Amino acid sequence: MDFLQNKYFLITLTFGFYLGAQLLQRRTGVKLLNPILIAIAAMICFLMACDIDYATYKQGGDYIDFWLKVAVVALGVPLYKQLSTIKRQLLPLLVSELAGCVAGVVSVVLLAQLFGASREVVISLAPKAVTTPIAMEISGAMGGIAPLTAAVVVATGIFGGMAGFKIVKMSHIHSPIAGGLSIGTAAHAVGTSAAMERSERYGAFSSIGLTLNGLFTALLAPMILDFLGYSV
Amino acid sequence: MILQFGVLFAFLAAGELVVKLTGVPVPSSIIGMVLLCASLKAGVVKLEWVDKLSAFLVHNLGFFFVPAGIGLMNCLGLIADQWVPIVCATVISTVIIIAVTGWAHQWTRSMSSKMYKRVTKKEV
Repeated sequence: MDFLQNKYFLITLTFGFYLGAQLLQRRTGVKLLNPILIAIAAMICFLMACDIDYATYKQGGDYIDFWLKVAVVALGVPLYKQLSTIKRQLLPLLVSELAGCVAGVVSVVLLAQLFGASREVVISLAPKAVTTPIAMEISGAMGGIAPLTAAVVVATGIFGGMAGFKIVKMSHIHSPIAGGLSIGTAAHAVGTSAAMERSERYGAFSSIGLTLNGLFTALLAPMILDFLGYSV
Repeated sequence: MILQFGVLFAFLAAGELVVKLTGVPVPSSIIGMVLLCASLKAGVVKLEWVDKLSAFLVHNLGFFFVPAGIGLMNCLGLIADQWVPIVCATVISTVIIIAVTGWAHQWTRSMSSKMYKRVTKKEV
């Protein structure tokens, strides 16, 4: 059936799976039924069952992917609304972001090494905390596998969005500012959309986390990888 | 609504231009976000021009990640071989980032407020 490969049909199906999962999550209240996760899993199952390759899907998927950049620009609005708070604590923000960025890249590299990942996989995991465009750029430039990075980035975001608030609570992080910030730092835009659901303030600090960590990671990850013996 | 689309795309285009001219290793979308925030602050752009579309996009951010996630199907073999390090490193590192960032923020904030109190006491 050629129609199954039609890009408009594939886009519709992506919307359909996402909406279905959203509905299911709301009805059942089960957190694990994350719409992003379910839509990805269902779509992969469908494509594999119908023997359609990713390149074919991408012809439709790119039209959705295209809006990601615009959506990231739109994060400037919640950021603007929190500007006065940011100004008041610029130093704590910069210090904690720097700490989070370095801790993130170093920990994922050392852990991956420890658990026996190959060189390319270690490099692909290094930028996993930041949004796909930045992460794929770093991964590709340092000799990693960019598609693997994209997948791990999305998985990290889903995990951070689902478990983030629990981890925040368990680590005794009490202020909503620190909590939002750490979720954005660890789980980029996907974590931010989860934080946004909780409150606009949470979400705004999460978007600060994702922005600053994006910048820091773009600048520091190559240096850290170099330092840890993964030079190009 | 057309205005809202136009403004957001203008900032994305501006971000692209900055990347092209300066060659900074930062994605155009991040630069566009910072520029949009600065322009709102400067009053060059009014909040009413962008609030509706940006609220929609921000609240549905996750959806736009789905196609990139489906790219996973291209590296299933690699993941099958090395899923233990991939999953363990990703999960543990995410927990570490959240804890370290949150702690660092709480710590520096309490430090700076203590310093502030000391300074104000001296002045009194």
